[in-house]
Amino acid sequence: MALYSEKVMDHFRNPRNVGVIEDADGVGEVGNPTCGDIMKIYLKIEDDLIADVKFETFGCGSAIASSSMATELIKGKPVADAMKLTNQAVTEALDGLPAHKLHCSVLAEEAIQSALKDYYDRNGIPYEEGTFRKVDCDTCERA
Amino acid sequence: MDQGAFFIYADNAATTKMSRAAIDAMLPYMESAYGNPSSLYRLGQEAKEAIENARARVAACLGCEAREIYFTSGGSEADNQAIRSAALNGAKKDKKHLISTAFEHHAVLHTLKQLEKEGFEVTLLDVGSKGLVTAEQVKAALRPDTALVTIMFANNEIGTVQPIREIGAVCREAGVPFHTDAVQAAGHLPIDVRADNIDLLSLSAHKFHGPKGCGVLYARRGFPLRNLIEGGAQERNRRAGTENVPAIMGLAAALEEACAGMDARAEKLNALSKRLIAGLRKIPYAELNGDEFQRLPGNVNFCFEGIEGESLLLLLDDKGIAASSGSACTSGSLDPSHVLLAIGRPHEVAHGSLRLTLGEDATEEEVDYIIRAVTEVVTYLRNMSPFWRDLTTGKRPHVFAEFEV
Repeated sequence: MALYSEKVMDHFRNPRNVGVIEDADGVGEVGNPTCGDIMKIYLKIEDDLIADVKFETFGCGSAIASSSMATELIKGKPVADAMKLTNQAVTEALDGLPAHKLHCSVLAEEAIQSALKDYYDRNGIPYEEGTFRKVDCDTCERA
Repeated sequence: MDQGAFFIYADNAATTKMSRAAIDAMLPYMESAYGNPSSLYRLGQEAKEAIENARARVAACLGCEAREIYFTSGGSEADNQAIRSAALNGAKKDKKHLISTAFEHHAVLHTLKQLEKEGFEVTLLDVGSKGLVTAEQVKAALRPDTALVTIMFANNEIGTVQPIREIGAVCREAGVPFHTDAVQAAGHLPIDVRADNIDLLSLSAHKFHGPKGCGVLYARRGFPLRNLIEGGAQERNRRAGTENVPAIMGLAAALEEACAGMDARAEKLNALSKRLIAGLRKIPYAELNGDEFQRLPGNVNFCFEGIEGESLLLLLDDKGIAASSGSACTSGSLDPSHVLLAIGRPHEVAHGSLRLTLGEDATEEEVDYIIRAVTEVVTYLRNMSPFWRDLTTGKRPHVFAEFEV
């Protein structure tokens, strides 16, 4: 019994969408070095679609795999779909994560939410309070 | 498990491969001499004689008498029994103060924590940035009500070797029992419990090519041990349960073998560690953990800025290298290694630690391969790390200098 599923190991060994988008339309970063994981998501948005997405991650195998899978799940999708991406969807797409690693999928969801919020804020797009799910790492159990 | 064509086991502090001699010593006690040592008939007495023979051989390796050797299920049990015994003995005389260090193994630290809940007071000595305690520190911490000093012989993560003989002398002078967790040291460093002024010592067979699930508690003659496990009269009434005869035979054979070849092995491993340390120091923003010279042969432990240890281990595993890390993700807890925190490493650096513990079969070629692999993986992980980007762009301050002097 391996620590991680084949899917997790595949996304860890060959992460998709690693890198930086210099002229990104939205950037989100969550986590902190003390906890041992940071995820940063860069979004390029055109015609209300996620035209491109890149990530940088400092963290364990499941953090890198979760970032990779999360970017795959939203790439080319409408912004509205990206808004709905949950950590459960990321975990399921990875064929599951060990219980103590679910935190990593939460971080991926939060990083995307944070990048989308940045896109809305930059463009003065109005949104209701509570639209973006909690992106505050300080409230997590690890802080 | 088939490790493929290429595999370097660099986690000998976690456990070791059993030696041929240890396996051969065990087999007869599973196949033919399988009697219960407590049984009267010859098959039982044959097993009884075997463990008494093993006890004498273990005692010879440690410089004590056979009657001072108690076989246990391993290092953790030995640590628990030694500490609890000293605490209970002390409490009878109203001595409820215990001295230890901040970077002991959890078998010691958690036992002390539990005793704290039971009304004992614990002083944990600072181990400094090099991971060393001094006899002077111990002397300064001793009190009239001190019931025990327990300090590990060598640290399991950063490999630093403590001045055990000097600490023992300070304790002996004060009349305070001294226990040392020698799980990492036994079979690797010379131990003479008499000369080293040790009253209680724990060791574990699987750290020196013996079987898992078997250890020793040495208790100096006259030191009253208390029982953790009640039952039959085994181990001079101090540890109930039918003896694990095959494992005890394997332990004795492995310890004798390890002690016999100790000097040559240490010399070889020290040279390989030196090479490995020099190679890894060429990685920028990396530092060796623990004193460079006062350390176990074959132990190399580094922190790398900007990366996390678990991903490092997984990628090294892909390259055929088995190693370990003190990152939170590998410990299963939320915090990184207490040992790295004890020597003052900040959390963010402690997450990026790597422990390599070489075995006696390691070669220079393997060491060079490890250096290349670690350099490659660290660079790769840093290139995708936003934390590393922040360090290189000056958004966050570096903890280390670019190169260690």
